[in-house]
Amino acid sequence: METLEQIKARIEPSLPLTKIDLLPNECPAGERSLVVEASRALAVAGFLRDDAQLQLDYCSNVTGIDWPETVIKTKVKKKVQVEGVEQEVEEIVETLRSGHLEVVYHLYSMALKHGPVVLRLRTENRTDKTHLPSLTPVWRGAEFQEREIFDLYGVIFDGHPDLRRLLMWDEFVGFPMRRDYVAPDDFEYEPTPHDEVLAAARKHYPVAATPEVKPEVPV
Amino acid sequence: MNSFADLPKSGYEVRPKIAPDGAPLGELLEISIGPHHPSTHGVFRMDVVLDGETVVKLKPVFGYLHRNHEKIAENISYLSSMPYTDRLDYFCSMTNNWAYALTVEKLAGLAVPERAEYIRVIMAELTRLQNHTCLIGFFAQDMGALGTPLMYAFREREKILDLFESVSGARMMCNYMRFGGVRVDVSGEWLAQTKKIVSDYRKFLDEFETFLTQNEILMARTQGVGVLPRELAISASITGPMLRAAGVNYDLRKVDKYGIYRRFDFQVPVGAHGDIYDRYMVRVLEMRESVKILQSALADIPAGPVMDPKAKLRGFRPKAGEVYGRIEGPKGELGFYLISDGSPNPYRYRVRPPSLINLTILEDMCLGQKISDAVVILGSVDIVLGEVDR
Repeated sequence: METLEQIKARIEPSLPLTKIDLLPNECPAGERSLVVEASRALAVAGFLRDDAQLQLDYCSNVTGIDWPETVIKTKVKKKVQVEGVEQEVEEIVETLRSGHLEVVYHLYSMALKHGPVVLRLRTENRTDKTHLPSLTPVWRGAEFQEREIFDLYGVIFDGHPDLRRLLMWDEFVGFPMRRDYVAPDDFEYEPTPHDEVLAAARKHYPVAATPEVKPEVPV
Repeated sequence: MNSFADLPKSGYEVRPKIAPDGAPLGELLEISIGPHHPSTHGVFRMDVVLDGETVVKLKPVFGYLHRNHEKIAENISYLSSMPYTDRLDYFCSMTNNWAYALTVEKLAGLAVPERAEYIRVIMAELTRLQNHTCLIGFFAQDMGALGTPLMYAFREREKILDLFESVSGARMMCNYMRFGGVRVDVSGEWLAQTKKIVSDYRKFLDEFETFLTQNEILMARTQGVGVLPRELAISASITGPMLRAAGVNYDLRKVDKYGIYRRFDFQVPVGAHGDIYDRYMVRVLEMRESVKILQSALADIPAGPVMDPKAKLRGFRPKAGEVYGRIEGPKGELGFYLISDGSPNPYRYRVRPPSLINLTILEDMCLGQKISDAVVILGSVDIVLGEVDR
């Protein structure tokens, strides 16, 4: 199969206005990936599927990933002149990585039996701009997996034929696979509730509504 | 809490009132099959709309067994996830273990000793035998062959589960493989017993086929029913026997040649019509190929250690990076996608569930068929709800 550089070099001239970044992978056995802008994702996906040399007709795996806003600390070695003597000093540089959601597609070719090519799409942020184009029109196999990502991460796939929650129920609020999700503690039924469970459940109800346990009166 | 973007309105309506061309559809019956129904193979539900006995619409509903396996795995160490993988597809815990171990080995760059590779192949092929046998029993049961084929299948399955139990301590939740090998070695006695069961299996398959393959009822119920076209199968990411019955020669044991599969001589059975009968035949032929692989693996297995001495199970911290590993499970391509950030827990742990993705085209296969056939079509997909819902 072609290398990612070759694929990138062929896509960019044939699809104008498309910019593709290559994301390195520190694991030697793993694959690097193509990062595509959301607005051009459908065109790139169509190219990857229909191109005669690639024929990536099989979308094996679709994964959602949550990257919350974090400060990344990296150590940088610097040479500093201290009283005329050159010394090497380690400095910690803090960079802020803005939060976003990411969707990863692992593409293979059943016709030519090669792969994978890893395609990544990123949302603008984690709160109000979580729209991405759905690739289900290109690969039908993404249908349930994109629904699952919508369900668990809250990525909204525009153009998906049937975007509903897949595993959680429709009335559920929140996205459980996000890193900062806090599990609710008010619906857990216990036959013999003990102190911690009672205290946690009491937070969710007004004091007056808490039923008092009356001792059973023997008849 | 986060503020979220406005969610799209769910325009989900099971029951179509009018046909796409505007004509009223007459008296339709909307029924819900499951979640507690013997033919849904677990807690699975289908919202079905019937016109007479013909299926007009079918929507699968999932989530009754959802426990967020992926979230649990992100909060525990790499090794602690191994017993959880047993619970994905509880029929095939050995192959689940292998897929996970293979992915972690790829991530951390661990080698597997020769003897452990052979043991893994033996376990995986035994799993394939018992899975396919039981599946055929189940779906014969779905067609109304109450009891007999299933009991024949379970008799054979129990022999294989006894083998698993004697080596790992558990019939179904084996928790047997580790990164860099397998947990305990197998004894010579165990190998001799396995050889006997494997050589008897061919006889059992002949017997099973005598009853089923030329059976008039089975042929009438399955030939030309639930046809899955080749192009749709590829586009919908169908894998495993379903895909090969649709006429696509794609078996990861041949394509990826993971483990030591390049050493074995076996063929990949491929169907021609993509109907249920082809799925049945592909599974039977695959079992015969598995017997071949097992016999040569049992003859060639070398002596030696079963764990990579460099593999460190406790305090295991692979370097940062990401990797996707996959194997050919009995139900299709079982994949794991791991992202490591250098900590003892995976940053992201994803299971690619073949059972769930194979259900993508359930509605396409069932439309226009009779409701009794929809049950058989679901049976021929081969799902386990532990894996569908995760």
